[in-house]
Amino acid sequence: MAEIIISQIITGLSIASILLLVALGLAIIYGTTGVINLAHGEFVMLGAYSAWVLQHYAGIGLFEGLALVFVLVGFCGLVIERVVIRYLYDRPLDTILATWGVGIMLQQIIRLTVGGELRYVEMPASLSSSVGVFGIEISTFRIFILVVSAALFGVTWYLMYKTNVGMKLRAITQNREMASSFGINSDSVYSMTFAYGCGLAGLAGALVSPLKSVSPEMGSAYVVDAFMVVVLGGVESLLGTVASSFILGEMNGFLAFLSNDTMAKAIMFLAIIVLIRFRPQGLFSKKIRG
Amino acid sequence: MKFNRRSFLKGTVAAGAFTAAGFPHIWIKDASQAFAAGGEIKVGVLFSLTGTTGIIEESLNKATIMAIEEINANGGINGMKVVPVVEDPASDPATFAEKARKLVLSDRCVSTFGSYTSASRKAVLPVFEKRNNLYWYPTLYEGRECSKNVIYTGAVPNQQQDEFVPWLVKTFGKRWSLIGSNYIYPKEENNYCKKLLQELGAEVVREEYVPLGHSEFSSVVSKFRSDKPDVIFSTVVGDSVVALHRQYRAAGLDPETMPMASLTTSENEVAAMGGDAAAGHFTSAPYFQVYDSPENHKFVDAYRTRWGADKVTHFVSESCYFQVKMFAQAVAKLAPSDIDPVNIREAVKGVELMAPQGRVRLDGETLHTYLWPKVGQCKADGQFEIIKQSPTWLAPDPYKAYENQTCTEQGLKEV
Repeated sequence: MAEIIISQIITGLSIASILLLVALGLAIIYGTTGVINLAHGEFVMLGAYSAWVLQHYAGIGLFEGLALVFVLVGFCGLVIERVVIRYLYDRPLDTILATWGVGIMLQQIIRLTVGGELRYVEMPASLSSSVGVFGIEISTFRIFILVVSAALFGVTWYLMYKTNVGMKLRAITQNREMASSFGINSDSVYSMTFAYGCGLAGLAGALVSPLKSVSPEMGSAYVVDAFMVVVLGGVESLLGTVASSFILGEMNGFLAFLSNDTMAKAIMFLAIIVLIRFRPQGLFSKKIRG
Repeated sequence: MKFNRRSFLKGTVAAGAFTAAGFPHIWIKDASQAFAAGGEIKVGVLFSLTGTTGIIEESLNKATIMAIEEINANGGINGMKVVPVVEDPASDPATFAEKARKLVLSDRCVSTFGSYTSASRKAVLPVFEKRNNLYWYPTLYEGRECSKNVIYTGAVPNQQQDEFVPWLVKTFGKRWSLIGSNYIYPKEENNYCKKLLQELGAEVVREEYVPLGHSEFSSVVSKFRSDKPDVIFSTVVGDSVVALHRQYRAAGLDPETMPMASLTTSENEVAAMGGDAAAGHFTSAPYFQVYDSPENHKFVDAYRTRWGADKVTHFVSESCYFQVKMFAQAVAKLAPSDIDPVNIREAVKGVELMAPQGRVRLDGETLHTYLWPKVGQCKADGQFEIIKQSPTWLAPDPYKAYENQTCTEQGLKEV
């Protein structure tokens, strides 16, 4: 019995780690700039394709390629921010349409250039085994994903709360005009934030690619997951994102264990709808003076 | 009633619409024109080239076009050229119906080859039944259909399972776990599988369905681990197949003791997941690319010469290819003035030919096809090794799971 419970907790954790990985970039962008980035899933997809291209054409393994994937997808994000998003900061609702359009274009660009076939990324050989934890066999790669998402969260938290850029970003989030009048260049801080968030999404895509299939449409599933996590956690709270991925991951794991994945998904959506009916700000939102 | 310009116009429009609806023959051009005119026979080719199933359906389009080109290169059918009208229904059932209407009504195609998913077949069915035209469906599917306007050349459940399931029980054991995507096809296949397992005295320890497009299999894998079934019977489709196999392998499960037995994993899916993730698992199908026969060597070589050396053939593209040849044999029996969908249907009954998988025959009762079930085990190079094949062809029985129903020449008979 204890074994089953531990095994379910671990299953839940590995679902949670992927949720966190995918949602972190969105939480940063949505939580600070207010841009509702519906192209988030496509940045995840770009990350997966970057990992595939690096491995397939340049022979660079998943490990070695991670930094490069982050830079590549981050750069893509930067370009899109410069060309489209920056004109929409004061019109958050328009960002929905604009980013959705960008998402469709990215999907079609990949389909036209790389082709629509499903691709796969080879798992690093050192991680393709499994190890015993508390008497339960668990995939080494899943543990690796757990560690990486924890580390990425740590880095992001440090950037937000312990660095100069992070402080400026938080100032802009509270009041953009006021921050600008104190000499903070809000344009460049927002660009960097958007690029960073996209880079994180790219990393997420590269990291899940050995476990899942890589296709131009893969993004649509992830963007739903990411929004689910961010909405539940509360948009302005980084810790809320972690907590809500944990809750959703464990909930998914246990519900799927008790019934099946179809039911688990349905119950989770229902729970979130009920929750935002009564607590639209999410579980962990902080009070910020507007 | 006051008579002014507006009411006059309204009345005229209404009267016009009534006339158009009441006397359609004056509006439809060439209603009396023969199907085969000017030495040409028009056929529709209705496979998605874009959208979610675009990739797999593109290979079906290619196999169909190649078969038509071969027929024309050999002088056509009794000297008449087969002219394909290619439409792209974009993986959308509603668009399938719309394009089917165009092919039947305005192009006046005598037959249409098309569809991969059951949803798209169900969407076009009313079009072909209403106009008494003919649709050729190449995909394996769940059975339970008995239309006089569809020629089915893919396998139905009894053709994929009758040999496969008893062999798996004998080789691996009696504790089975059934996993499928959540829609009609896996449920019908599992329905039949459970019936077979019951007869064999085997036990289903778990039956589970995941949403279409599902890619997070940690819960499913952890259930495999705790259930320890002897066989995992999989009818998961699409991208999910790839995710399931890769996560099964990452979790360190072993195909030697807990193999996945699939009805849907072809060379195409294996190419998308990598041979290492697929190696050791089993698939039941009437055709594998490695099958050793002169007809298959010819088919594979021709396919690669025509479409590229990296392309694979699989159990749906093979039936796309031979069903066009069946069509040609049936049409060849008819005089040019007799060529119409109904006569083609009557002529194709009992037609036999050497397909890449072996000799196939179209059953006159059900309009389904006699096929050669085979069991393949996947190897790390992405190809299958055929480890078992049926000694005879197997008759199709689309209603085998339902004892009180049979498909006959007159239609569905219920007892």
